[in-house]
Amino acid sequence: MSSIVRKPGFYSTVQDLGRPGWRKDGISEGGAMDRYALRCANLLVGNNEGEAGLELTLAGAELQATSDLLIAVCGAYMTPLIDGEEMPMWRPVRVAAGASVSFGAAAIGCRAYIAVAGGIAVAPALGSRGTDTRAGIGGVAGRPLRAGDALPCGAEAPWAAAWRGELGARAAQQPQARHSWAAPGWFAPPLAYGGGAEDGIELRAMPGAEYGQFGEAARAALFRERYRVAPASDRMGVRLEGPPLEIEAGSGELLSHGVVPGTVQVPAGGLPIILGADCQTTGGYPKIAHVISVDLPLLAQAKPGDTIRFREVSLQEAQRIGISFEREMQRLAAAVRLRKP
Amino acid sequence: MLAAVEPAVEPLGDRALVVRVPGRDLLNDWRVMAGIAECVQAARREWIVDVVAAYETVTIVYDPMRLAGLFPEERLPYERAAAEVLQILAVESAQPAAEARLIDIPVCYGGIYGPDLRESAARSELSEEHFIERHASGSYIVTMIGFMPGFPYLTGLPPQLAQPRKAAPRSRVPAGSVGIAGSQTGVYPLESPGGWQLIGRTPLKLFDYRRESPSLLQAGDRVRFVPIDGKRMADLEGSR
Repeated sequence: MSSIVRKPGFYSTVQDLGRPGWRKDGISEGGAMDRYALRCANLLVGNNEGEAGLELTLAGAELQATSDLLIAVCGAYMTPLIDGEEMPMWRPVRVAAGASVSFGAAAIGCRAYIAVAGGIAVAPALGSRGTDTRAGIGGVAGRPLRAGDALPCGAEAPWAAAWRGELGARAAQQPQARHSWAAPGWFAPPLAYGGGAEDGIELRAMPGAEYGQFGEAARAALFRERYRVAPASDRMGVRLEGPPLEIEAGSGELLSHGVVPGTVQVPAGGLPIILGADCQTTGGYPKIAHVISVDLPLLAQAKPGDTIRFREVSLQEAQRIGISFEREMQRLAAAVRLRKP
Repeated sequence: MLAAVEPAVEPLGDRALVVRVPGRDLLNDWRVMAGIAECVQAARREWIVDVVAAYETVTIVYDPMRLAGLFPEERLPYERAAAEVLQILAVESAQPAAEARLIDIPVCYGGIYGPDLRESAARSELSEEHFIERHASGSYIVTMIGFMPGFPYLTGLPPQLAQPRKAAPRSRVPAGSVGIAGSQTGVYPLESPGGWQLIGRTPLKLFDYRRESPSLLQAGDRVRFVPIDGKRMADLEGSR
């Protein structure tokens, strides 16, 4: 079970849920920027949520199945095609050996995720198959995908094998032209990604440790103004353009200290940066706010030019939202497992 | 014990917290922080994800779901985590990190390995030999690992050797480069862009994910730079 990369797309990497536990060595947690999309895609092909899949950025790759596969595509809408025919997202899809799965530019959102039954079985590094391009570890040789890379798969679960068989039988009954794929009618709920929407992407955020060192105007502006995602954004950080946030005189850079994904830091120029999955383990800029963990998938789907707004929540709310979100994920996992062909 | 001052805990987002010990002197804080980090690591709680010691803080990343599962009562995961961490520190009485490991880092100074040595020595009004001697006689302490995998923030640079950052950062600084920026000296574990003044290079791998401890150095370690010549450098590089 495997596939081959024919075209790598703009920036595609193997990602799982990252490698927590190595920050003391200066190693980022990393992992998928949109964890909801990756976890969902994995559940839909019978995998554990944390198996490795592919993260495509802005414009997608072209892959060729070298054996029959069960895949699921979640996240940004990149016009996914199988042998030129549009394929559905957010559900399991059987792809016939030899068929080609291709993606265009992201129309809504920024990152699409592909999970394959059995997971992508590249060698793990420090407990994760996720690609950390700075450390040069994980994924395929620690780098983004290139044309010709082979992506082996692990062993699929019985649930996936049953669906692959059933969908294969359905495909065989289609007219000749439709043999390359088949999918069931049910699907998982997509998150409402606000990419490109009129009123922008709303990120819930709680005040950070240095919030009080910013002037009243800056504190009000943070939760009132709209910010635009700058082109120089990547997995390390999403840079924002908009009204600068003035810090009070005498404050500014701090001694380096721990930072985490979602931290909104404000360098001297006053333009905030929201740290992403590959952020450094330590930083020294004042932290005006933190985007809550549950909303990091929305951040992952913000592409250059999109508009971002912050809405203030408390730590209590953030953690309650987090716990209920995880309970929903557990229900989704159970619901998918109950769908037998 | 950590002196009479109670450590203070504050949140860092919704899945991390920061431990501070207020009102201490910065020169020795790293010891206290390394001690706290060690103590929290040693407690081996399954909800603790990561522990990062820095100059005046220890950051603890935790798993709110694990905490909610372990303690299903109404308390917030953060409150639970904060109380547990303070309890660990009170019961285990974190000791300031005692005499740390001493790690020798061989450095080939100047030439192709240290393209900025000549200018740096001139700025410090020293001959290159004296500059090397000074740099290698300093006793350095790793206050934290951060910025990139295995990158040590070292205190202890003789003040006379302090250098401004380069006006235009290099787009490629080779792995192993030893540099100075402001009053800090450090070693680049991986090739990366960088604006430090480069004075030499070490053949040691400061970061290797195949090692049991991927970062050669840890917060609290003492470091000594040992000058080596080009031949020894080539031998050591060949044997890596």
